[in-house]
Amino acid sequence: MNGDLTPIRAGFIPLLDAAALIVAADRGFAAAEGLRLELVREVSWANMRDRLMLGQFDAAHMLAPLAIAATLDPDQPDMAMTAPMALGLNGNAIVVSAALHADLGDAAIGDPGDPKVTAAALARVVAARKKRGAEPLVFGMVFPFSSHNYQLRTWMAAAGIDPDRDVRLVVLPPPYMAEALAKGQLDGFCVGAPWASVAVTEARGRILHFGVDLIARCPEKVLAVRSRWAADNARSLQRLVRACARAAAWCAVQAHRAELVAILAAPERLAVGRETIAALLDGRLVIAPDGSTRAHGQFFILDGAASLRPDRRHALWLYAQMVRWHQVAPSANAQAKAGAVYRADLFDTALQDAAADDGIGAFAGPAFDAENLDVYLKALTGSAIA
Amino acid sequence: MLSELSSENAEAVRLRILVVDHNPERASVVRQALVDIGGYMVEVAPKAGDLLALLRTAQPDVLIVDLDLPDRDTIEQLRVATRERPRPIVMFVDQSNSAMMHAAIEAGVSAYVVDGLNAGRVRPILDVAIARFKAFEALRQELDQTKSQLAERKLVDRAKGILMRAKGITEEEAYDRMRKTAMKEQKKLVEIAQSILTAADMLR
Repeated sequence: MNGDLTPIRAGFIPLLDAAALIVAADRGFAAAEGLRLELVREVSWANMRDRLMLGQFDAAHMLAPLAIAATLDPDQPDMAMTAPMALGLNGNAIVVSAALHADLGDAAIGDPGDPKVTAAALARVVAARKKRGAEPLVFGMVFPFSSHNYQLRTWMAAAGIDPDRDVRLVVLPPPYMAEALAKGQLDGFCVGAPWASVAVTEARGRILHFGVDLIARCPEKVLAVRSRWAADNARSLQRLVRACARAAAWCAVQAHRAELVAILAAPERLAVGRETIAALLDGRLVIAPDGSTRAHGQFFILDGAASLRPDRRHALWLYAQMVRWHQVAPSANAQAKAGAVYRADLFDTALQDAAADDGIGAFAGPAFDAENLDVYLKALTGSAIA
Repeated sequence: MLSELSSENAEAVRLRILVVDHNPERASVVRQALVDIGGYMVEVAPKAGDLLALLRTAQPDVLIVDLDLPDRDTIEQLRVATRERPRPIVMFVDQSNSAMMHAAIEAGVSAYVVDGLNAGRVRPILDVAIARFKAFEALRQELDQTKSQLAERKLVDRAKGILMRAKGITEEEAYDRMRKTAMKEQKKLVEIAQSILTAADMLR
């Protein structure tokens, strides 16, 4: 029976937003679609991109801006990527060292939970350091083409800080962040879950903001495939998208929480403690070494078509950030290519025959509409008579 | 900071190579192979951690990186020229030979060079790195296989023991039964052994 399944090889980075892909593979959603989804854990986004490009992976859990950047890379003309599905929204946090947190506290005028207030405080700290000839502050992020980079820059620029001149922004892999913060090599950083929590417990860092404080609906990772592969494997891609979408819907059901946590915590998956994962799924994070917590319902958004269906505006927003920060030269052609990476049409096609989209999944008749029973009943009686 | 030499001058001096590899044995084999060819200055780092600082002190012309380390993402940042770093480092992708990049990634290694360095000078370095990484991968697979064979043999031996006690048969007969069942059910011997152990455990 296993022989009938279509093999798909996908790479993932051990992050919370790999959940849909992991659950699709480990909870039978891929198999139900006739796929044998083999997941390979990766350590770097550069590896992920190269292995996808070389065909060693069919699909990948990928930074949305990286999928766009690879598509726009003039050195790699055959590298066009397709994102038929987003793997959720949000999930990042900005962490600062205890020392910087104290400085920001002294410099802050107003509510320290307001990013405008903290950005202005940061500008004052930066100016004071410059005045006394101190080294510029160093902030870490995970990849040049990442929402983490753009979130940090958006935050700083709001108070007139030039992220390329007034501070140093460096790329550092998340596993190194906590150690670098503890050693004083970093003053702050922006990372995805679960790494912010790790830095609080291991490096006495402080979570200053959740990503959602800065960008309410921030595009994060996508399910990425080579555009050529998407064209040649349309059926398999539909199945993969369907499996991941159903997995995401399963993840969102509270009754599945314990099982979801166990799946994600496994050593070959995220390899993070169950309590940490459960707290992250609740959007409840320890923000300071004294154990104080903060919760936000939108810390990480996984479920719901609105967070999974590729939104072209998200692709264009990311493209605009790349232009703003001089990562790509703007052109009408590049803009069109960037927008076209997000393929809502492929998502829609894949889920068209997803029977249970209305929560019921009757084999015949109109989709159930819980909010419009009249419309539903009218459609039913109409079709029954005809 | 990477070497600021112009490419013409660089032809005249020995290339500086930095090997970043979490496997110290493999790194030293790569280093030795490069030193044997001659004409290179080779440095080895077990783990980058602060890769930017490492690059500033080592100033390599060529950087060889173990793919199992997450540090490649840091290098991505250096692929863009900045005021601080006018000569970016570029990933070594010989456009005429993408098979080489394939071979490198497959072998678990990646190489970067400073912009403007002649591809012909880099080729032999990458060849050495790929060959040594491949050899190590083969060795590791062999070791894994030996380990799993050993573990399988232990499982089979334990299952044999259970069958012998339960059925009052000899070791040979027990083995024979397991082998026949495996053939009949088209399963591996170790799977049958595992079933016996699971069942025995539940019945205990």
